[in-house]
Amino acid sequence: MNDLLRRYGKGLTWTFIGLTFFWLIILVVLPDFKLLESSFRPYLPVTEVGGPKDVYSFGNYLQIFGNEVDFNFFGLHFPLAARIKVFVLTIFYSGVVTLITFILAYPLSFYLAKVVSPKSLPTLFLLLFVPLWVSEVLRSFAWYIILTLKGPLNVFLMTIGVISKEIRWIDGYSPVVVTLVYAYVLFMLFPLYNAMQSLDSNQIEAADDLGAPWWRIHWRVILPHAKPGIASGAVMVFMLSAGSLLVPAIINSTTGNWFTQTIQGIMLEGQDWNAGAAFAFMLLLFCTIAVSVAMRVFRVSLSDIAK
Amino acid sequence: MQINRKFLGHLYMVLFLVYLLVPLAVMSGAAFNASKLPTVIPWKGWTDQWFIALYHDNRIWVAVRNTVLVAIAVVIIAVPVGAAGAILVNSISGRVRAVLYGMMVAPILVPGVVIGISTLLFWHQFSVGSGLHLSVLGQVSYIASFVMLLVLARLQSFDQGLEEAALDLGASHGQVMRRILLPHLYPALGAGAAISFFQSIENFNVTLFTRGGADTLTVYVFSKVRSGITPTINALALLLIMVTLVLAVIYEINRRNKARLEAAREAEGRRAEDAEMVAS
Repeated sequence: MNDLLRRYGKGLTWTFIGLTFFWLIILVVLPDFKLLESSFRPYLPVTEVGGPKDVYSFGNYLQIFGNEVDFNFFGLHFPLAARIKVFVLTIFYSGVVTLITFILAYPLSFYLAKVVSPKSLPTLFLLLFVPLWVSEVLRSFAWYIILTLKGPLNVFLMTIGVISKEIRWIDGYSPVVVTLVYAYVLFMLFPLYNAMQSLDSNQIEAADDLGAPWWRIHWRVILPHAKPGIASGAVMVFMLSAGSLLVPAIINSTTGNWFTQTIQGIMLEGQDWNAGAAFAFMLLLFCTIAVSVAMRVFRVSLSDIAK
Repeated sequence: MQINRKFLGHLYMVLFLVYLLVPLAVMSGAAFNASKLPTVIPWKGWTDQWFIALYHDNRIWVAVRNTVLVAIAVVIIAVPVGAAGAILVNSISGRVRAVLYGMMVAPILVPGVVIGISTLLFWHQFSVGSGLHLSVLGQVSYIASFVMLLVLARLQSFDQGLEEAALDLGASHGQVMRRILLPHLYPALGAGAAISFFQSIENFNVTLFTRGGADTLTVYVFSKVRSGITPTINALALLLIMVTLVLAVIYEINRRNKARLEAAREAEGRRAEDAEMVAS
């Protein structure tokens, strides 16, 4: 701090502090506190706000219960509140998305880091980046077109004779998962590539010379080295998926609701901002816990993930 | 065996690129199909009607203008804020630094829905109504994190001795900032501005909750998809993809030219060295 004063003087130092304060306190911390505070307030007509009925309670949080439906978890049936079911399924399928992107991205990042000649790397990366630059809303829309009942996928499959009748693809969670994987696979690829690229190729060769089969080289040499990249990619993809509203809303599978859609419904259709705050806070709380657990499990710090 | 595996790698790379590009091709193709629904099959003949419809759709152009204005505002706020944060974090150490750094990185991982709702509620209590100005503030809260990370990385390669020297030679604080620190940071600030701009254009979650009644491009496309789509959106998508492609090609040509220049210069250097060796 003193160092800062000596270099840039009072005026500039206070400008830095002021700007940072504006960002972290006014834009980040205080709004989150307001979110928490609002989440305990009841939904009242404007005239009664601040009146005797305006007391703190857990009422908004309790709204997650009620309206029990059948929950089928791998053949195990039990009753569960509809909103909790959506919450659980959102997390479960975000995990599925993360796993699929990892399986898709792992071979490719190895190929980019260790196989391909460095000369063609910039061109390949450019080719990979182009789809990323195309807006997410359009990429989701593209899959919506592909998967619709009369869409290209069904027509194609029927023409080559694989299916005889159109399949309703936009049903349940699979179309959402497919589109999320497409939207976020590159967020897994780049951290993985970065981690693998720093591995000394001699280590792989040494293992090979000592007679390790290829899968053991991956399991014992490359995977452990790529761990920070895996953690970073996994956290990124999981958070993006669980927090995505655009993709599930555009695919609009009525039997595949995402928790963010529940929040959107309460906020914008129900206009109950306080209940919306409560649900948003639950999502925030869950995300914080998920990131902390991931950091523990992979033994990485926040700065590793942020890379 | 070795060659075989290499071939599999190339094959996988090609398949992956096909996987990434086919959906975009399908979407672009539908822009020319005379069918009223956006699809490529059945093909009902070529048409340019969707581009004409796009041209006459005023709401889209208002949305485009809003999107660009919001993005510019975000850049103007997020770049100085993120840079200031990075300089501050870089100048301290220990526990405070860890906490501050954590607070600055965390917004990247917070779901956009949460940012949108909390921004809306926070400003609402001061009677600041929803609108694009709130979208700007909400977006800045996490986009500044990207700028911070870029600038902080750049600061690692900064030689503070230069500032010492300037101060010893009698430079004012403002001069140190303007003539030494800022020029060193320009690449990071430029990259930060570019990332901020694109992140802002891409944003949907924060904007949806804070926008009031105003449209941005993502929100508009979203509402269109929800309420009966025509291939106008596909025409728009094709235009945007074309812009992206043109930018990418320009970037690639630039890069190749630079690489060639570099190679030529190196070769020249080698020749000069050889000549010197011969001469001595």
